[in-house]
Amino acid sequence: MLSTYQYPKYEYVQPPEQKSGTSQRYPVVVVGAGPVGLAGAIELAQSGVPVVVLDDDDTVSVGSRGVCYAKRALEVLDRIGVGDACCDKGVSWNVGRTFFRDEEVYNFNLLPQPDHKRPGMINLQQYYLEEFEIKRAQELPNLDLRFKNKVVSVATHDRGATLQVETPDGIYTLETDWLIVADGARSGIRKMMNLEIEGKIFMDRFLIADVVMKADFPAERWFWFDPPFHPGQSVLLHRQADNVWRIDFQLGWQADPEEEKKPERVMPRIKAMLGDDREFELEWVSVYTFQCRRMQSFRHGRTLFVGDVAHQVSPFGARGANSGIQDTDNLCWKLKLVMEGKAPESLLDSYSEERVFAADENIMNSTRSTDFITPKSKTSLTFRNAVLTLARDHAFARALVNSGRLSVPSFLTESRLNTPDTASFKGDMVPGAPLDDAPIKAAGRDAWLLDRVGNRFMALLYVSDPAALDAATARALKALGDAPIPIEAVLVSPAAGSAPEGLPVFEDYTGRFAERYDAQPGTVYLVRPDQHVAGRWRAFETARVKAALARATCNAQ
Amino acid sequence: MPLNVKANFFEPGKRYFRAFSPGDDFYEALIETHRDLSDEQSAMVNAKLVLLLANHIGDISILREAMKLAREGV
Repeated sequence: MLSTYQYPKYEYVQPPEQKSGTSQRYPVVVVGAGPVGLAGAIELAQSGVPVVVLDDDDTVSVGSRGVCYAKRALEVLDRIGVGDACCDKGVSWNVGRTFFRDEEVYNFNLLPQPDHKRPGMINLQQYYLEEFEIKRAQELPNLDLRFKNKVVSVATHDRGATLQVETPDGIYTLETDWLIVADGARSGIRKMMNLEIEGKIFMDRFLIADVVMKADFPAERWFWFDPPFHPGQSVLLHRQADNVWRIDFQLGWQADPEEEKKPERVMPRIKAMLGDDREFELEWVSVYTFQCRRMQSFRHGRTLFVGDVAHQVSPFGARGANSGIQDTDNLCWKLKLVMEGKAPESLLDSYSEERVFAADENIMNSTRSTDFITPKSKTSLTFRNAVLTLARDHAFARALVNSGRLSVPSFLTESRLNTPDTASFKGDMVPGAPLDDAPIKAAGRDAWLLDRVGNRFMALLYVSDPAALDAATARALKALGDAPIPIEAVLVSPAAGSAPEGLPVFEDYTGRFAERYDAQPGTVYLVRPDQHVAGRWRAFETARVKAALARATCNAQ
Repeated sequence: MPLNVKANFFEPGKRYFRAFSPGDDFYEALIETHRDLSDEQSAMVNAKLVLLLANHIGDISILREAMKLAREGV
């Protein structure tokens, strides 16, 4: 038991199949009620798709596992209704400091720009995130969350999957059109389907200690290379909610995990680090190794893999749960369109392509961090220490210091869903880019761009004066909403005012939108439901926008 | 022109969205160059690398400045 957290116990309810003795067919089943499976289930249920979630347990994540939730994941969590709960409970931070021996050599700010709703990162114990998601899930009448339901066999076929599920009342059978697998790194389903996940194990061990203490260290990420209190290895310190501090000690491959977990081994390490007689209490201790690997494809017919089951990375960079939450955000809108018959199944291949691209970027960055943190040869160690030594005085070397490149969303520049630019734009909002946030006023009230876009296709047309928009363009914009896949059109303008046809107006009162999107009067962006840019132009034309929509949904001929 | 000690890595034709990417691309290539080499072989590779890059830079005043900085504190 933890001293700062009481694990909730969720009620097991006998499934209707076992009550009635008949098998049922569902549109979507999600296996695994971790942070990723729940995010996907909530997003689908919110968009009107009924979902069954099966989980073999009846509580949240035991022990402290995931800690850091990045800006992009928070923006997705906002759209599923748990962003505020996470940010209220979590510890927000943007600054990271890196020390070599006893000197600070480098610091970074994850959010160098002002005017974003969410911070670069929050630290929050994983069990809180899951608890908030479960609460949200239980508010949704079309989300059937079943605890103590363990999948014991799976048969996939071209109409979906047949699952055998074990509960305290025995085994029942369940049919689903679509199966979302979110049962984590040690996935039972992946094994049952005989699917490979390839990559490499890193020959190193790390000790996690979660410690309860009152400390006035700032809410920053502190990382030490070769500190005096833990020579030759690295140490990471993070503040979490409830005065719990995460300390991560690199131990080396030779360390004995069972020995290292013993309090008599752990306490002296922490005392040496804190360097004083401050009181603290051990909340959680574990020793882990890690792997960087991914599945070849995240789609196998009507089975979709999300999160750790599909890809795993080293923890340096917080690219695990953060990328998993982006997986489901990428998947849900596509699956909904396919289920409604509005897009071909090949749209789901783009889920795999885009998230494999992101997974490869995450694996590359976390592998590079790992190689810097734990050099594999004498030469590699010499280069690493040369960088850290030069970093004190020289900017170029500071840029090479790699104690973890923290989770940021991928620019899906290679995606076949993008419509390439035909005009020139400055800045980063290229086709495939995740949208930058900006403060706006909507209907006269303060709001954030990223709170107002997403969950449907949108066209953002930048104009100098909303009231001056010509009637024909206004009608054409409005008409984008009358289609099987509607596009909601919005005007973005530095000026307040009401637009013809009742078109909504986002007032770019700080000019951040214009700056970040290189917007000029006439500039239009087509935005995907997952807040990535599908296409952009310097002038609005219905045909171009519709062609880009067709392309973004695999409906183009 | 003095020795440039600001971040300066790039690759022609490649677009970067994150400030850390070009430096990390270089560093990975550097470490990869030494993969599976003995310490002695690596020292030889490093020496050759310094000579090749020194010739490319050419300006001996810059090289003197770099050599001085490299030796500091060692």
